[in-house]
This record gives sequence, structure tokens and C-alpha cells, in this order.
Amino acid sequence: MAGIEIKNVRKTYAGGVEAIKGIDLTIPDGKLVVLVGPSGCGKSTLLRMIAGLETITDGTIEIGDKVVNKLEPAERDIAMVFQNYALYPHMSVRGNLAYGLKNRGTPKVEIAERIEEAARILEITPFLDRKPRQLSGGQRQRVAMGRAIVRQPKAFLFDEPLSNLDAKLRGHMRVEIRRLQRTFKTTAVYVTHDQLEAMTLADKLVVMNAGRIEQMGKPLDVYANPQSLFVAAFMGSPGMNLIAVGELQALGVGLPDAIPASTGTLGLRPEDVTLEAPAEPHIVIDASLDAVELVGSESLVYARAQGIEKDIVVRTPGIHPGEPGDALTLHVAHSALHCFEQTTGRKVEIQRAA
Amino acid sequence: MQTKRTTFTNRGLPYALVLPQLAITAIFFLWPAGQAFYQSFLRQDAFGFRTTFVWLDNYERLFADPSYLNSLWVTAIFAISTTVVSIGLALALAAAVDRMIRSARAYTTLLVWPYAVAPVVAGILWWFMFNPTIGILPYILDQFGYDWNHSLSRLDAMVLIVLAASWKQISYNFLFFLAGLQSIPHSLTEAAAIDGAGPVKRFFTIILPLLSPTTFFLMVVNVVYAMFDTFGIVHGTTEGGPAQSTNILVYKVYNDGFIGLNLGSSAAQSVVLMSIVVTLTVIQFRYIERRVEY
Ligand SMILES: Nc1ncnc2c1ncn2[C@@H]1O[C@H](COP(=O)(O)OP(=O)(O)O)[C@@H](O)[C@H]1O
Ligand SMILES: [Mg+2]
Repeated sequence: MAGIEIKNVRKTYAGGVEAIKGIDLTIPDGKLVVLVGPSGCGKSTLLRMIAGLETITDGTIEIGDKVVNKLEPAERDIAMVFQNYALYPHMSVRGNLAYGLKNRGTPKVEIAERIEEAARILEITPFLDRKPRQLSGGQRQRVAMGRAIVRQPKAFLFDEPLSNLDAKLRGHMRVEIRRLQRTFKTTAVYVTHDQLEAMTLADKLVVMNAGRIEQMGKPLDVYANPQSLFVAAFMGSPGMNLIAVGELQALGVGLPDAIPASTGTLGLRPEDVTLEAPAEPHIVIDASLDAVELVGSESLVYARAQGIEKDIVVRTPGIHPGEPGDALTLHVAHSALHCFEQTTGRKVEIQRAA
Repeated sequence: MQTKRTTFTNRGLPYALVLPQLAITAIFFLWPAGQAFYQSFLRQDAFGFRTTFVWLDNYERLFADPSYLNSLWVTAIFAISTTVVSIGLALALAAAVDRMIRSARAYTTLLVWPYAVAPVVAGILWWFMFNPTIGILPYILDQFGYDWNHSLSRLDAMVLIVLAASWKQISYNFLFFLAGLQSIPHSLTEAAAIDGAGPVKRFFTIILPLLSPTTFFLMVVNVVYAMFDTFGIVHGTTEGGPAQSTNILVYKVYNDGFIGLNLGSSAAQSVVLMSIVVTLTVIQFRYIERRVEY
């Protein structure tokens, strides 16, 4: 077992695409770190550099205090789970699990034991003698996991391993991966574009954007305290309502004096917007109901306010009875406002009266 | 699988449309084949005055004739060698081009050219290069102390026609192998690399098994090619010699029929060839339908 240390790493592809523009990241021993970001932001590139499948243009990557820049993938002692599973189609499931062990000269008896063990944990024992094409998507996914587990590597690398599964199975496997990683306490790097997957899996969440780290930290901290407009919009479903300060002022909404002058955009989480007035100081926005989405236990109310381009999404418990056109009064506590700077899009703190 | 069906309002039209093709097949294939089949039961005297029906006599003589048995043997060696050489080299070239990122297309184009060369021209080309008096290759071999002479040495002659025949076929095999290689997902070789397999091991344990359907298909195609499509190559180089050592079946049909004027025997030989090609084609279709299991 080992931590991974990424120091000022850059990647420029042969065609001149600068995929990674300088990343520093510590992946602590035994923890599950999730890299999340929109498609094309360089997550896979970073992961493949850790695996040794791409060369490192600049900077160093250490696995367990050893610089691995020049090492072949096999010498890095990592295991990877690919999005398309990359199971060897001409080998049985057993053959797939055994391949990496055989190549490393593991004794036959031990190979058999480890396969039995991994198959038991992943509940794939009945399929051991089948070919991958005779398995369902979920079963293939388990085999791919099994191939990583039997090796007992220093680190697991996952590249969007669940995106080829249907929603229900994805939820199930997500829990499974979390459980396995906890059991083995193996360092893991997990790449996904799905913020929900990222939130639920991560010990440490790393939000990437255009080849850079936008923000990292504990998932709930990142959610509660997005440091930039990008993170605010990306994390959460539906994402944070982002409204230009000018539009609110034009509407006559009374904003608290504490909001810094440099603020260009205000962020309101849908769950922080309430239809009833809270006890604490709050802002009030007059709007009309545009549409209601019933999600079961809660409703998403889309409210239209004059002069504001996008609907404001309100998350409210239970079933909202309103009809389109109904007048709504939206309330947001001052303490729940997120302020983002006009010029940089970075978060600015509200000066709280002492 | 769903197939597209076109509906014709006029029932006669579809038949009219395939008629030209059917006519060509009948005139240039079925009719001569039938003629050959009929002739293989006949014997003509040397001047063509008298023709007698001799039942299977031509076949009996054929399989008792040492020169025909020799030709069968020579054909087998030639076909197998050509298949092995052309498949082996094509696979090596395809693997090399598949690893290239930049100039792969330029190399592919160059490698396809030999396929466009007519067999006789290919034969003459190699005949020139290997000509004992004026050729470049015997000159080079001479530097290494090897005295090349395909008009005297049986081995040299065989090597020559195998090389000439393989060279022409490499292009075809190369294209199929390249397409096969490119359809193997990169993630498979990457997974194998992470699993501790070096490049050579990856090739033999992952790539080659996944190419086995392609390889099998090409094996049949190449055997068929070597047995039936190489008349021009033999004609342009060794003309079956020395001492019958490169007299493969197709060449012998021509020699016995048109030079030796033994039409009955020649026809019987054609029928034998025809049945071999039919057998190979059946094997081919059987396997392609079921796909090679992996
Ligand atoms: N082999 C490659 N050659 C050139 N550019 C590449 C290559 N792989 C990825 N890229 C580019 O690098 C950027 C990051 O890609 P990637 O790491 O795959 O993103 P993600 O996994 O976050 O979707 C993209 O702009 C992509 O087009
Ligand atoms: Mg990716």
C-alpha cells in the first residue's frame, strides 16, 4: 500500500493539445480520491499518467515515495479498471483473473486461492468458466473489479467504470466499490464526470476544469463551500442558481450591505431557497411559478422572476400544489448566499458583522 | 439480422436484371467447366481424328503417373510455403504500421501497390532480380558465397516462385491484418501491459488469438491463390523447371493440354483442380459462418 504524490505535472500531447496544465495533488495512503469534472478536462489523461499509459511531459509522480516517471505500467504495481472493462475476450473469466498473476510468476496454488477469494467476494464464482461475451454488463464490471483485486496492487485506478451501466446497477455498484475499497484499504483514484458518484464515493474530492484543479477537499465541504462559479455550477443536481447582482438590483431586491462591492454573481442552492420566510435575515424575490417537477419525496419548483434570464430552481419537500402563473415569494437567508467576484468568478466572503 | 427487401412491381424485371451476369457465368464458366468435365472421359488420338469414350481411364492414368504425383507434391510445398511466407510477412508489416501514429497511411498505400501488378509482370520482375547472369540478388548472394541458379537448382527455383508469389499476396494479407489489428481496442493491450505482459507476450497472448478469424480466412484465401492464381508467376520465371521441380498443377494443366496436346488428361487435371477449389470454398464458408470461436 502506498500514497501517490503528484508534483507540478503537465501533459502536452503530440498534436500540441495541453491536456494537463500543472497539477499538484496528494493522494493519501488507503484513501479513495475522486477526480471529477466535465468531459475533456483531462481526468483520464492524469489517471493514465499515474498508470504509465501516457508519458509525463513535466513534473513527477511518486507512488509510495518512489518516482515512477520512467517506470513501465507493469512495474508501478497498480491495477486499472477501464470504462469498457477491457476484458480479454478469448479468455474465460478465470483466465482473465489469472493473466496478471501468471505474468508475474505467482505460484499456481496461490493463483487458484486468490481467484477463489476474489470470486467469492464479488459473487462471480458461477461464471468463472464463462467467456466475457456470455456475461451481462454488471457481471463484466464485477470481473473487471476482480481482475484488479486479485493482483493486490499498491493502488486501484478507475476510469469511469460505471458509465456503461444502467442507473440502478450504477447505484448498486457504487456502494459495492466503496465497500471493497474500505475493506482492502487500498489507495484508489477514481475518475468520473458524474458529480453524484463523486460526492458519494470520495474521501477526497478533486474538481478539475480545463487541465487544472479547480477545488479539492471533503465532498461536503466542496458542496457547501464552492470556491468558484465553475464548482458552484458543476456540483449538485440541479446546480446552484447563479444570478447576476445587477439583475436582482434591477428587480428591486434588497441585498444585504455585507455583500462585497466586487461581487458580480450571487449563488443560491435550490434547497436554500424557501417559499416561507425564515426567522433569520433574508432576501425576498417576487416571482411567478413556471413549472413544477415532482420527484416523489420532493418537488422542484421553477420560478420566473422579471428581468432574470434563467428560472430559479427551488427544492421544496413534499408535493407542491401550485399551477403555472401562480405568484411566488422566494426567500433566501443571508447566511446562505454565495458571492462570486465579477472579474475572476472566485468566491468572495461576505463580511459578517462582528 | 434484418435484410432490406426491394419490391418489384414487374415480376420479370429482377430476372432480366441478373440475366447478363448469369449469361457471362454460363458462357465463361459453366460451359467450359462442363466441357472439361465431358472431355475428361474422352481420349483423342494425336491428330485429332478419332475420339473415344474411355470412362475413368484418364483419371486412373493420372494418379498412376509419377510426374502428376510429383506435381501434386510440388504444389503442396509451394502453396504451404507461399501461405506461411506471405501471412508471416504481412502480419509483421501490419503490426509495424499499426504502431505508427503519423505516416501509417503513406506506408499502407505503398504496401498495397504490389497487389495491382499482374502475375506475369511480377514473375518477370523477380526473374530479372534473380537472373543468374544479370540479376542483382545472385550478385549479392555470390558475395556471401552462395551460387544462385534457379535454372539448375531445384531449391533455388522453388524459393524463387515462392518469393514472387508471396510478394504479390502480401498486400492483400496486410490490409486484412491491419484492419484486424485496428479493430482490437487499445484498452486490451493497455490492460495487458498493466497486467505485466511485455510487448512480445502481449502480441502472442492477446493480439494473435484475437486475429485468429482473420488468419484463418487468409490461410484459405492464400492456399487458393497459390494453387490457382500463380500460373503467370511460374510462366514468367521457371516455366515449371528445372526437371519438373516447380511444375505446379495449374501449370501442368496448361503444359499437358496446350503444349503436349493431351486434352483428355489435361481435362481430367482441371476437374481435379476444380474439386479442390470447391472443397476449400466449402470449408471457408462453413467456418466463416460459424466464426472461429474465441
Ligand atoms: N491521445 C491523445 N492525443 C491528443 N489529444 C488527446 C489525447 N487524449 C486526450 N486528448 C485531449 O486531451 C484533453 C483531455 O482529455 P481526457 O483526459 O480524455 O479528458 P476526460 O477524461 O476528462 O474527458 C481533451 O482535450 C482531449 O481531446
Ligand atoms: Mg475520460
